[in-house]
Amino acid sequence: MATADPTPPNPLDPDEVMSAADAALAAIDAAATTEQLRQVRNDYTGDRSPLGLANRAIGSLEPGQRKTAGQIIGQARGRVNSAMAFRQKDLEAAELEASLLAERVDVTLPTDLHPRGALHPVTALLRRMSDVFVSMGWEVVEGPELEAEWLNFDALNISPDHPARGLTDTLFVDPITDHKLLRTQTSPVQMRTMLSRELPIYVVSPGKVFRADEYDATHLPMFHQIEGLAIDQGITMGHLKGTLDHLAKAIFGQVRTRLRPHYFPFTEPSAEMDLECFVCHGESVGNPECPCRTCKSEGWIEWGGCGVVNPRVLAVAGIDTEVYSGFAFGMGVDRTVMFRNNAPDLRDFVEGDVRFSRSLRGGAR
Amino acid sequence: MRVPMSWLRELVTLPPSTTTAQVAETLTRAGLQVERIENIGGEVSGPVVVGKVLEFAAESHKNGKTIRWCHVDVGEQDPRGIVCGADNFAPGDYVVVALPGAVLPGGFEISARKTYGHVSDGMICAVDELGIGKDHSGILILPETIGGEPPALGADAMDVLMVRDEVLEVDVTPDIGYALSMRGVARELAQGLGVDFVDPYLPNAPAWGVEGYPVRIDSDKCVNFVAISLTGLDSKASSPLWMSSRLSAAGMRPISLGVDITNYVMLESGQPLHAYDAGKLSGPIVVRTAEPGEKLETLDGVTRDLDPEDLLITDDSGPIGLAGVMGGATTELSDGTTDIVLEAAHFDPVTIGRSFRRHKLLSEASMRFARGVDPAVPLAAARMAARLMDELGGAEIREEITMVGSIPAMPGCRIRADLPARILGAPISEEQVIEVFRASGIKVSGDKDEVTGEWLSLRPPTWRSDLVDPYDYVEEVGRKIGLGVVRPELPRPLMGRGYTFEQSSRAAVLDAVAGAGFVELITLPFISGEELDKLGCEANDPRRAVVRLANPLADTQPFMRTTLLPGLFVALARNTSRSNDDVFVFECGSVFLANDKPGSLMPDVSRRPRPDEIAAVTGNLPDQPRMLAGVMAGEWLPAGWQGPAQRADWRHAVHLVLVAADALGVELGRRNAQRAPWHPGRCAELFVTTREGDVVVGHAGELHPKVAKAFGLPARACATEINLDALIALAPRGGQVSSISPFPMTKEDVAVVVDQDVTASSVQQALVDGAGELLESIRLFDVYIGDQVEQGRKSLAFALGFRAPDRTLKAAEASAARDAAVAMAAERCGAVLRA
Repeated sequence: MATADPTPPNPLDPDEVMSAADAALAAIDAAATTEQLRQVRNDYTGDRSPLGLANRAIGSLEPGQRKTAGQIIGQARGRVNSAMAFRQKDLEAAELEASLLAERVDVTLPTDLHPRGALHPVTALLRRMSDVFVSMGWEVVEGPELEAEWLNFDALNISPDHPARGLTDTLFVDPITDHKLLRTQTSPVQMRTMLSRELPIYVVSPGKVFRADEYDATHLPMFHQIEGLAIDQGITMGHLKGTLDHLAKAIFGQVRTRLRPHYFPFTEPSAEMDLECFVCHGESVGNPECPCRTCKSEGWIEWGGCGVVNPRVLAVAGIDTEVYSGFAFGMGVDRTVMFRNNAPDLRDFVEGDVRFSRSLRGGAR
Repeated sequence: MRVPMSWLRELVTLPPSTTTAQVAETLTRAGLQVERIENIGGEVSGPVVVGKVLEFAAESHKNGKTIRWCHVDVGEQDPRGIVCGADNFAPGDYVVVALPGAVLPGGFEISARKTYGHVSDGMICAVDELGIGKDHSGILILPETIGGEPPALGADAMDVLMVRDEVLEVDVTPDIGYALSMRGVARELAQGLGVDFVDPYLPNAPAWGVEGYPVRIDSDKCVNFVAISLTGLDSKASSPLWMSSRLSAAGMRPISLGVDITNYVMLESGQPLHAYDAGKLSGPIVVRTAEPGEKLETLDGVTRDLDPEDLLITDDSGPIGLAGVMGGATTELSDGTTDIVLEAAHFDPVTIGRSFRRHKLLSEASMRFARGVDPAVPLAAARMAARLMDELGGAEIREEITMVGSIPAMPGCRIRADLPARILGAPISEEQVIEVFRASGIKVSGDKDEVTGEWLSLRPPTWRSDLVDPYDYVEEVGRKIGLGVVRPELPRPLMGRGYTFEQSSRAAVLDAVAGAGFVELITLPFISGEELDKLGCEANDPRRAVVRLANPLADTQPFMRTTLLPGLFVALARNTSRSNDDVFVFECGSVFLANDKPGSLMPDVSRRPRPDEIAAVTGNLPDQPRMLAGVMAGEWLPAGWQGPAQRADWRHAVHLVLVAADALGVELGRRNAQRAPWHPGRCAELFVTTREGDVVVGHAGELHPKVAKAFGLPARACATEINLDALIALAPRGGQVSSISPFPMTKEDVAVVVDQDVTASSVQQALVDGAGELLESIRLFDVYIGDQVEQGRKSLAFALGFRAPDRTLKAAEASAARDAAVAMAAERCGAVLRA
């Protein structure tokens, strides 16, 4: 059903055209949705709208009046179209926003995707420590856990009568006359390296080691070590100290290390290495008000053993001790995790409770 | 080694301001680590006094205990009534009484309290209750006279006992046997503090000869032997309190004057001594090694079968002592002993070390001999002991002494004077080096070599058997100057090649598997035969080739693991017992596969072994491949608002290894297989196809229900185990980057019907082979068994993606390739295109 056309304004009467345009602008403003705006567009800018009809009426005017009428109508329609376009954009944006809000979810709901796994804290720290050495240009060497007795002891200047070689300390393969054992240190890898690599040597050997030890909160029959070995011309204990200081800083931040004379058959001179407490930096010493559980208020933490490689050991590998010297060091990784991350009980390291491995999800940064 | 400060202060003149903590620090810096400082008597406070038991009445009580109701004079107007449970005292004995208000070690507060029907007005103390020893066999009875006077009643008992002391617990490393003596520690302390030290045991001029008791050395394992005879020892004399207190503080139990003196002199000089009851000796003392079948009853009452390597002290009656380890029972001092032969001898450390280990007799003497005693000190030590027996026990020293054997010359060493500075990396002058050596008792003489500069000829003192090699002297300088002088520096820049392919591959696998949602565990590698039974391993299963330990930690687990699974099963069961129900875990570790190769060679260490020797050292070890294993149970995804749970099943086991293989760029093939400990219908054999054929690397799937039950695992638990070393060995290195086609993909779905026992992977492989080069991707997206297909058949639906490198494919090209794919599936697998 056709509706009657509205009465168009006189195209030559600016006031009439203006008021038609004002009516259109008012309708545009009043439109609250893009749907309503479409109706407004139809009613006020279409061919059969007042301004549309007025525009069409220009053609029937006298040629001399057409230009004037064209300007009047054109201006009016320009204002209306521009307002229409702005309004369209605003309404679309508002409607999109409203529809997105309607899709709101409760973002605190559990996502219930399978969680990421985790590396064992010892694996993570071993890798971190290895990374430090690799970044210095050292290389990582590995060897078998079930090892030749000669490489674990004799070749390292540990005499046949050394107490550590007894059945109470070392786990031997049956029969013991086969001279095979579970390595008590990763040092046999160092001897393997000296026997097989060209000089100079800068290597670390991470891995599992075994002792016929009791199994309790502070002892495990199997734990992890990382040992370092450097053999080059002119190596001194100063290089050892510099390297250990660097490792300590990389793993613990701004801390010092301290060497204390000790004895190991493999090194001469030998030393124990203490790490300045990275928590209290010694401030808990003699200060019962603020005890430190990391260093037990001693200010230093025993970290490992080290020293200048005993020339007797180099000689077993056929290295010219007049030209070359070396240093070596080693530390327990499980124990390091223990004091670094406050792990209370070593048994947790090997009992396999998933909560233990998950406890350091950030790895060993 | 326990070092009482009172003893040290007697041997070293310390500046009065020197604290015990400074002493401890000085010793620690010199390599004598002080692990603990014990404050003896420090835990006792309040009135703990000397008392005298006047009388007592023994009373039996209903609980079966007999107590003594005592009247004790503690120097007050009236005696006190005290209940005592011990029975080792008599009226008139002097005792230690803790009066009400006293606090004993452990915070034990004494008060007057009602017990056994009496009010006990204090406590008569035992040694352990005062914290001055371990003895609790009875109460402590004081001597009748102390310093010639009876103890003053009511006097502070801790002062009377002379027990207040600080004791340093020193960790003496095995190389410095000389520090197992007060004089050794005192010497180090004096040197560390730069104060004078006069050795009370400076070697006397040797008095070689057999003037005293006849002694003969018949073994080169006895280096020298001093014997001094004494007569008329007062068998009633007891050790003075200062001596028994020091012995207790040093960790030795006072026994009798004769024994206490030998122990005291041993602690002070480092020279173990032995006292024989002269009346029980028969004939000359002969030092020799044991003969086969010989036996000896040692002081501890144990009869020991002797080894031909054991060194013995003998007389006409046979063995009377295991040299350097423990005396025999037959010539032991007893209550009535008055005549004594004192022995101070030097034995070969290795022989003594083997003897005490063989007989499990780690005594104070054997520990010292094994670590090296000063071979020149026996005479001075024996004389000191004789003098004390004279002074304290009224014994008469026979002038004639016996001293046989020799004092071996110490080995000299020649070092370059700059060696210590060069090896320590510290600015130490040659003068400082010489000063340290001289202070350590080392004889130094110098000479100059025109080419190599200053050389030092060094000869250590007799108590320093640890100084042999040039680096030993470097260490001596480090110890004495302090390692604080070492100047830290980094070695020269290096040209490392980073991680090896194997190392970075392993790290990539662990990261990928952990990233995929599995948690890494580390378990102990010991297993039992029973665990292999529970896995269902047949007798010929390679996992039965176990390595047995000679001294396993637990007899129940004497073997090294040949599979990681038992350890993970135990961990899984532990997790579920702790309510960790959703367990997706893995481990990467070595297994140990026994072989029948011979033992490992033990080459001579005086030179580099030959290549064939190295091969005989390293080549006979068991294979120790690194395995990657995982176990899964519980829910991969929990039931929740999003939908139902996804439980662990065989796919997760396969998923773990696929993730591992993918991290290495390896394609893993799968086929059904039967292998313990898996479910016979749900076990995938995993293999890698190579030019030489398929290489099986492991298995994955659901566990056999019997295995799950045997290990206490949740039903339908799953597991996988692969040889990671083998997988890495098959991994491609480098690889190719393909050119990326910019043209659109043409997608075709195809459903084919095959017999139910035809595997999806074989159909997929046929489609791939048939489709040719245009096929870019293929994915199985549906499996259908039911009414729409014939009985015994199944429908497999695949999504195929075709693309050409150089053009947009025409529809006809794609469908032709699809038809070719189906034709190949029809030929190989009997596949029919589903209508």
